[in-house]
Amino acid sequence: MMKLSLKRKIIRIIGLSFTVLSFLMIFTPILVILVLSINASTKGYSWEGFTLKWYLELFQKDVMREPIMNTLVIAFASTIIATVLGTMFAIGINALEKKKRIQMMVINNVPVVNPDIVTGISLMIVFSLLSFTLGYYTVLIAHVFFSIPYVVLSIMPRLKKLDPNLYEAGLDLGCSRISGVFRVILPNISTGIISGALMAFTMSIDDFIITYFTSGAEYMNVSTWLYATLSRGRSFTPAAYAYNIIIFAITIAIILFVNLKRDRKEKTV
Amino acid sequence: MGKKLIIMKNITKRFGDNLVLDDFNLYINENEFITLLGPSGCGKTTCLRILGGFETADEGTVEFDSKIINNLEPNQREINTCFQKYALFPHLNVFDNIAFGLKIKKLDKATIHTRVMDILKMVKLTGFEHRAISTLSGGQQQRVAIARALINRPKVLLLDEPLAALDLKLRQEMQYELKEMQRELGITFVYVTHDQEEALTMSDTIVVMDHGKILQIGTPEDIYNEPNSRFVANFIGESNIIPGKMKEDYLVEFFNKEFECVDKGFKKDEAVDVIIRPEDIDFVPPSKAKIVGTVDSLIFRGVHYEINVMIEGKEITIHTTKYRKIGDKVGLSVEPNNIHIIKHIKTCVD
Repeated sequence: MMKLSLKRKIIRIIGLSFTVLSFLMIFTPILVILVLSINASTKGYSWEGFTLKWYLELFQKDVMREPIMNTLVIAFASTIIATVLGTMFAIGINALEKKKRIQMMVINNVPVVNPDIVTGISLMIVFSLLSFTLGYYTVLIAHVFFSIPYVVLSIMPRLKKLDPNLYEAGLDLGCSRISGVFRVILPNISTGIISGALMAFTMSIDDFIITYFTSGAEYMNVSTWLYATLSRGRSFTPAAYAYNIIIFAITIAIILFVNLKRDRKEKTV
Repeated sequence: MGKKLIIMKNITKRFGDNLVLDDFNLYINENEFITLLGPSGCGKTTCLRILGGFETADEGTVEFDSKIINNLEPNQREINTCFQKYALFPHLNVFDNIAFGLKIKKLDKATIHTRVMDILKMVKLTGFEHRAISTLSGGQQQRVAIARALINRPKVLLLDEPLAALDLKLRQEMQYELKEMQRELGITFVYVTHDQEEALTMSDTIVVMDHGKILQIGTPEDIYNEPNSRFVANFIGESNIIPGKMKEDYLVEFFNKEFECVDKGFKKDEAVDVIIRPEDIDFVPPSKAKIVGTVDSLIFRGVHYEINVMIEGKEITIHTTKYRKIGDKVGLSVEPNNIHIIKHIKTCVD
């Protein structure tokens, strides 16, 4: 008996320390950036007192405004386009017969497993073959391109769970084929669409490699701008830390909101 | 019965190499409760889906009210469907599910409200209007599905095994209620089931199907009492099918004995199948009986005993309220009008 409980204790301690270690590994970098973003020092190695000026600088000075605006505009635009197209694709793929559906899903998954570097370079080559000038629009096309498969992937399970007769019931009760999609299918896959959109948005904000290869000289988003600044041997303003913290805070807020909403929904059902 | 509302002519439907409906011909009268009955895969659901507009026939025409409707979309047909698993909209509550069709027709709010409340009363769900679909029992969901279809006042209601998911007691209640509704509303019901008892209870007309073909059409009494083939006899209720020989009109021979019957028109000594329902056989003292056998097994079924009697190596099933022990010698008798003769078909359908 004694031996067993000792063994259990050891297992529990090991488990606990793994948990703590994992949390530390996940959150220490964020914590470091948080500290740096409110540190008055520009160097970042010494604490020179609390400040919020980097957060203000983010919106006041021109240094970062352009890359941030670029990032956000591309993220919103590509999310909207990719969500609309991805939803249409998912509904279309789901309506196919089984064999074709599986084939389409394989094609859909290729860009997901493809390394970003391959996607980025091949898109760059395609754009230059088509003699597109690299810049704002090529980045938008690239972001839409790599977001769509994720939207499709997050909607597909919802569609599969739907009773196939549901859409037919809509038609039966007077819907046209199009209005049946809006009145019956979309409301029942809305959670899939939202999570697909969130994923597309995150992927777009997050992206470096594909943007780097498809953006040309003029266009920069936050990550390519940071990279350019560093590679020129300059240290960037701590406003970059502030930007990261804001993005992090927004992400946390969204996750909390979605989870709380789901909890409440489950309670009422 | 009223005029012919639906006429299906020479309908053929294939899924790949699979012939689902094979030169299918059927007409459906106004105000009729017609049941398509057959084993799964016999084409009955496909037939319903062609009527509803969810499948198109490869060949043949569907006429509705003397107009060909082959190419009409489901929403352009005066036909509504009750789907097998109800297909209620999970994102809407009971009220909005039922009001769905009326909202699409853009009726005003007050009219929609009265009509939904009326129909809720009819399906006995008053007070359920704000409930979520997922909180309803199977029987309640079934009622919502029926209400959602009927509120559009269709000329025809298609029902695809609507009671299959309910337990026995509820199923019997719903059978009764469905029949009542159909009678009161005067709507044509086309009902699909593989449950022969359900078909017998509710229908005005039963269409027995197998392998995409119609085997027999008739009233429940016709189908039960005068099955035209082994398949129908076996599928509708239990049957004893005994090989026999037609001696002359109104005289048949089986178990090497001659019996009077009510059938004629066969060749002399033609091989036939004799169909006798288990409840049509009576016990008589062996000394007075033409056929004598021994009780082989006995099961208590509640209302009756199911007794198997061995006669010359063939087992005959009897439903009777009289008790006999296993091993008892029994004599059997059958009234002439309970002996049904059908042509012997060598290629077995079943």
